[in-house]
Amino acid sequence: MAPGDIANPAGDAVLAAAARKKTRKSSQFDGDRGFVSEQDWRRPSVNATMKTLHIVLLVLLVVVGVGPMLLLAKYAITPTQDIIRTPLAIFPHGVRWANITEAWNDVEISKYFLNTIWLAIGSWFMQLLVATTGGFVLSVLRPKWAKIVNGLVIATLFVPSVVLLVPLYLTILDPPVIGTSLINNFFAVWLPAGASAFNVVLVARFFDSLPREVFEAARVDGAGPFRLFWSIVLPMSKPILGVVSVFAFIASWKDFLWPMLVLKDPSKQPLSVRLPAIAAQTDLGVFLAALAISTLIPVVLFLVFQRLFLSGAGLGGAVKG
Amino acid sequence: MSAASALPRSGGRPDGTVAVEAAGPPPVRRVRRNPVTWVKRGGLSTLVFALPVLVIFGVFSWWPIVRSVVMSFQKTNLVAPATWVGWDNFQYVLTDPDLPTAIRNTLYFALLALVIGFPIPLVAAVLMSSVKRLKGLYSVLAYLPVVVPPVVAVLLWKFFYDGSADGVFNTILGYVGLGPYAWLSSPSLAMPSLVIEATWAAAGGTVIIYLAALIGVPGELYDAAEVDGAGIWQKVWHVTMPQLRGVLFITFILQIIGTVQVFLEPYLFTGGGPANATLTILLMIYNYAFGRSLGGDYGAATALSVMLAAFLAILSLVYFKLTSSWSKS
Repeated sequence: MAPGDIANPAGDAVLAAAARKKTRKSSQFDGDRGFVSEQDWRRPSVNATMKTLHIVLLVLLVVVGVGPMLLLAKYAITPTQDIIRTPLAIFPHGVRWANITEAWNDVEISKYFLNTIWLAIGSWFMQLLVATTGGFVLSVLRPKWAKIVNGLVIATLFVPSVVLLVPLYLTILDPPVIGTSLINNFFAVWLPAGASAFNVVLVARFFDSLPREVFEAARVDGAGPFRLFWSIVLPMSKPILGVVSVFAFIASWKDFLWPMLVLKDPSKQPLSVRLPAIAAQTDLGVFLAALAISTLIPVVLFLVFQRLFLSGAGLGGAVKG
Repeated sequence: MSAASALPRSGGRPDGTVAVEAAGPPPVRRVRRNPVTWVKRGGLSTLVFALPVLVIFGVFSWWPIVRSVVMSFQKTNLVAPATWVGWDNFQYVLTDPDLPTAIRNTLYFALLALVIGFPIPLVAAVLMSSVKRLKGLYSVLAYLPVVVPPVVAVLLWKFFYDGSADGVFNTILGYVGLGPYAWLSSPSLAMPSLVIEATWAAAGGTVIIYLAALIGVPGELYDAAEVDGAGIWQKVWHVTMPQLRGVLFITFILQIIGTVQVFLEPYLFTGGGPANATLTILLMIYNYAFGRSLGGDYGAATALSVMLAAFLAILSLVYFKLTSSWSKS
C-alpha cells in the first residue's frame, strides 16, 4: 500500500531482490549494537537527550499512528450529532451502541464482511498453491526449463500492475477455455491473485535454503515428488508459509480497484468496494461504525502475528549496497 | 528445430519454452529421451507441479502484459473485432488537453510525497534503533497504519478533512488559532491533503525496512568511530547514514515509482477535483477505460499505461546507472 494502491509490484521487486540475497530468519530488531554506546548512555546529558527524544517519538507514534484508530473506535459508538458538532469531545451525550448493530444488520455489513472473508481465503489459497508448487519446481525439482520460467516470473515484478489492468479485465470478460464471463464470480479475484511473482520468488528462495541432503535421503527412501513436497518440504517451510499467508490475506482485504471492476453485483462486493458506495446515503455514525468493523480483523491479525508481519515487512532491509 | 521435436511436448503449451531451450547450448550426450523415460524420470510430475505457475501466470500475467502492448495499437471495443490503428491511440492520448494537467499533478504528488514522506521514516527509524526497551512496541505502533485497509483510511481521513469549522483537523488547528481550511475542496490544499494521508498510510512500512537495515550495520564500525573520538551525531552521520545508503537508494526510487502510480487517494478523496487539481495519470487511465458510460476506450487506456511503464522503466534504468556510478566513487 505504498501511496498509489496498485503500485505494489514495484515494491515487491525490492523485497524479492532482498529475498534473493538472503532471507532473514528472525524479526528481532536487535543488532549487535547501535550508534549509542554503553559509555554514551552513562553520560547524563546523552542519556537525558536520548530518553526525551524517545518519549517524544513514542507520543508522536501514539497520537499519529493510533490516534486516528482510537477516534474511529470512539465514533463507532457516538451519536451522529455529537460526531458532527464536537468530533473531539469524549461522549458528551453518551454512547450509542446501535451504530454498530445498525451497520452490521441494516447496512448489511455482515454480508460484505463475509464476502471479504471469502475473497481473502480464496486469494490466500491460490497464492499459497501457486507459490509452493512453483517454488518446488524452481528450487527442488529444477527441470531444465526452470530457468526460463524463473526469469519470466521475475520479469513480471518489473511491470507496473497498471499495465495489466485493461487486458486482465478483458481476460475476465472472456476467459480462455471456460467460455463464460467471470464477472461477478469470485474466481475473477481469486485466480489473478495467484499470479504474485513476489510470493513465488520468496518461497523458492526459502526452499533453496533447505538442506539438500534431506531431499536426497527422502528420495533414497523411495519418496516420490508428491511425498517429498507434502511430507518434507512443506512442513519444513512453515515460517515462510506464515509470512506469505498473512500478507496474502491482508493484501486481499485491502484490495479495492480490482474487485470493484470485476464484482459489479453489490451483493458480491467486499467491504472495500462497498464502503465508498454507501458513504453518501448512510448515517455518519453508522458509517463510521462500518469503517471500524472493516478495520478490526486486519488490526487484530497484525497484533496477533506481529512477528510474522514485521519480519516480512523487513525483508527489504536485507538489501545492502 | 529437430532437437525440439525430439523433446517431450509438455502438453502442447504454446509458451515457447521448449523452442527457446532448443536454441540454447547444444544438448550434451545423454540418454536418448522419449516419452516413456521422460515420465519415468519424473517429467510428468514436474509438469503437474509446474501447472499452477504456468497456467496462472500465463493467463493472468504474461499474456495480459503482451496483450497490453498489442492493444495500445488497436481500436478495441467489446462488440467488433479489434482493428489495427497504428499510433492513433498514442496520438490521441498525447494531444488530450487533460494530459499536461495530469502529468503536472502526478509529479507534484510525487514531489510532495518525497519531501514529506522520505525524511520522516528515516528519522523515526534511526531514533527507534537506539531505543533500548519496548522496541517492539515502537515498531508495532509505527506499522499499525499500514495494516488499516486503504479504503477505510481514506474514508476516515475524508471525514477528518471536513472543511467546516467543526471538522476534526479544523477543530485541532482551531485550538492554536489556525483555519478553518477547506482541505479537499481547496484547489491548492487538496493535493497536500492527499499526500499527508498517503504518507501516514505508507511510512510505517518504510520504517520497518530501515529498522531491518539498521540492525545490519556492523557494530565494529561504531567501535572504530568511537576510538577515533566520534560523538553520537558524528556516528549517525558518518557511520549509520553511509551504511544505509544502499537501502535509501532503493526506497527512494521505489517511492517515486509508487507515487507516480497514485490512484486510490485521488479517486476516493476528490475524484480528480476540484477543477482537475488532483487528476493524476492513473485516474486518466481509469477514466479512459472504465469511467465512461459509453464503453471504454481501451486503446487509449493501454497506450497511456504502456507509456507510463516505459517512462518508469527508463527512469529506473537511468537512476540505477547513476547511483551505481556514485557508489563506486
